[in-house]
Amino acid sequence: MASMRVLTQRSFGETSRRDTWWVQPMVVFLGLSAFIGYTTWAAFQGVNYFHDEGGAHYLSPFYSPLLFGQGNEPRWFASDRPSFWPEWLIFSPAFLILIGPAGMRFTCYYYRGAYYKAFWADPPSCAVGEPRKSYWGENRLPLIFQNAHRYFFYPAAIFVLILTYDAYCAMWFHSPDGDAQFGMGVGSIVLALNALFLGGYTFGCHCSRHLIGGYLDCLSKAPVRKKCYDCVSSLNNRHMQWAWVSLVWVAFTDVYVRLCSMGVWTDWRIF
Amino acid sequence: MPTVTFRVWRGDSEGGDYQDYPTEVSEGMVVLDAIHDIQAQQANDLAVRWNCKAGKCGSCSAEINGQPKLMCMTRISDLPIDEPITVEPMRAFPSLRDLVTDVSWNYEVKKKIKKFKPRDPDFEDGTWNIQQEDVDRVQEFRKCIECYLCQDVCHVLREHQKHDEFIGPRFLVYAASLEMHPLDVEDRLEDLKKANGIGYCNITKCCTKVCPEHITITDNAIIPLKERVVDRYYDPIKKLLRVITGG
Repeated sequence: MASMRVLTQRSFGETSRRDTWWVQPMVVFLGLSAFIGYTTWAAFQGVNYFHDEGGAHYLSPFYSPLLFGQGNEPRWFASDRPSFWPEWLIFSPAFLILIGPAGMRFTCYYYRGAYYKAFWADPPSCAVGEPRKSYWGENRLPLIFQNAHRYFFYPAAIFVLILTYDAYCAMWFHSPDGDAQFGMGVGSIVLALNALFLGGYTFGCHCSRHLIGGYLDCLSKAPVRKKCYDCVSSLNNRHMQWAWVSLVWVAFTDVYVRLCSMGVWTDWRIF
Repeated sequence: MPTVTFRVWRGDSEGGDYQDYPTEVSEGMVVLDAIHDIQAQQANDLAVRWNCKAGKCGSCSAEINGQPKLMCMTRISDLPIDEPITVEPMRAFPSLRDLVTDVSWNYEVKKKIKKFKPRDPDFEDGTWNIQQEDVDRVQEFRKCIECYLCQDVCHVLREHQKHDEFIGPRFLVYAASLEMHPLDVEDRLEDLKKANGIGYCNITKCCTKVCPEHITITDNAIIPLKERVVDRYYDPIKKLLRVITGG
C-alpha cells in the first residue's frame, strides 16, 4: 500500500477533483470580459447606432431610449447632448442609459455567483481551494450593495418595454413620401428577438419572482398572482440560459445595427 | 472482474495519510460496496459511517474524486477507473477517524432556529384549512435527508470556517421550510440576517449541485430568504411604507 502526502490545508486551485472544473469559470471570464470590452467600445463610439436606410428604423439597444441624438433619429429631446454635460467631456447617448442594464446584470443573482467564481475565485469552483483566507460575503461594503438589485430591476423592466416598442417600430418601413408600411426585415427579427430574450431574462429574475408573489406564504387566495408567480418561476428555472442568450443577443443586435448603418451589411427585407 | 485502486483517507484529527487499496469491482457496484470489501478483506479497522445503502439516511457522505457525494449512490461505472478513485471524509467538519466526521455542530445549529409556530386554529377542533398549492413550495425542502453534503461543499464553511457566524445551506433550507409555511407566524428574518449570517452566501450554487435529493437550494430557498431580508432591512421604500402604514 502506497502512502501519500496529507492535504490538510488547501491552497489556491488545490482540489481532488478530476474533472475539468476550470473550464466553466474560464468560459464565464472570457464571455463576460468580451461583452464588457465590446459594450464599452460601442458606448464610446456615439455614432452608427441608428439605421434608417431603405425606410428601416433600427435603433441599437445600447442607445435606447435615445434621449439625445441627431435630428433624423428618434430622440426624446431636441438636442444632441444634455445642457448639463460639460463641453470638454466626451459624450455618447449610451452613457445616460447603460448604467441601468449594467446594474441589473451586475447585481443579478446568477451573475453574482458566476463572476465571484470567474473573476474573484471565491471560490474558483466548487470544492476547489481559494486564494484568500479572509471573507466577508455580502455582509458589508462594498458587496452589501448587491441588495439593491431590485432598484436596478425596475428601470430594466421599463427598458424592456421600450425595446419592445423599438422592435415594433422596426416592423414599419417608411417610404420617401412619409408613408409607413408594415414589413419585416432581418433587422426587425433581430430587434424582436432582442426584446424577447431581454424580457425572458429580466422578468424571470429572482427579484421579479419575489415581488410578483414570492414574498407571500399563501398564494391560493390570489389566483391571478399565483399564475404570474408560476410563469415567472418557469422563466426563473432557466435564468442562466436567459442571462447568456440575452447577453449575446443584445451585443449582436448592436453589431447588426452598427454594420448595417455603416453599409458593411445589407439588411434584407423579407416583405 | 477489473481491479480498481481506491485511494482512501486513513487518519484522525491529528492527521493521516491516503492509502491505496486495489480492489476487484463488478457491474452494479457502488463506492460503498468497494469500501465494505476493503474493510472486510484489507483494512478491518477502516472506519466508515453508513446505514441504509439506499440514499435515504444520509450517513455515508464523503468526497469521491474531490466531489461531495453519497458513497451508496455513486456507481463505480460512472467514475474513471484507469486511475485511483479518491475517497475522503467531508472537509467542512472535524475528522473523527478515517471516513467518519463529527457532524454534531449541525445538530446544535438546528436547535437555535426558531421552531414552527402555527397561527390560531381555523376550527374549534384545533385544525386548520390550508391549500396544497400553498405547501407545495415548502414540501420540496422536506425532502432533505440531512446528509450535510451541501454544508461540506459550501466554501463559507469549508474554506473560511465561518461555523460561528453562518448556519450553512442545510439550515437556510430548514429556515425556509418554516418561514414560507402558510401556517407559520414566527419571525426569523432578524436571525437570518444577524445570527444566521445569510449575507455570507454568495450564491455559488455548489450546494444545489451536490444535493442528492435535487433540492433547488439556492434558487428556491436561499435567494427567496435573501429577498425577504432585503424587504425588511435594505429596501428604503418598503421601510418608508412600513413607517407610514405602521406595519
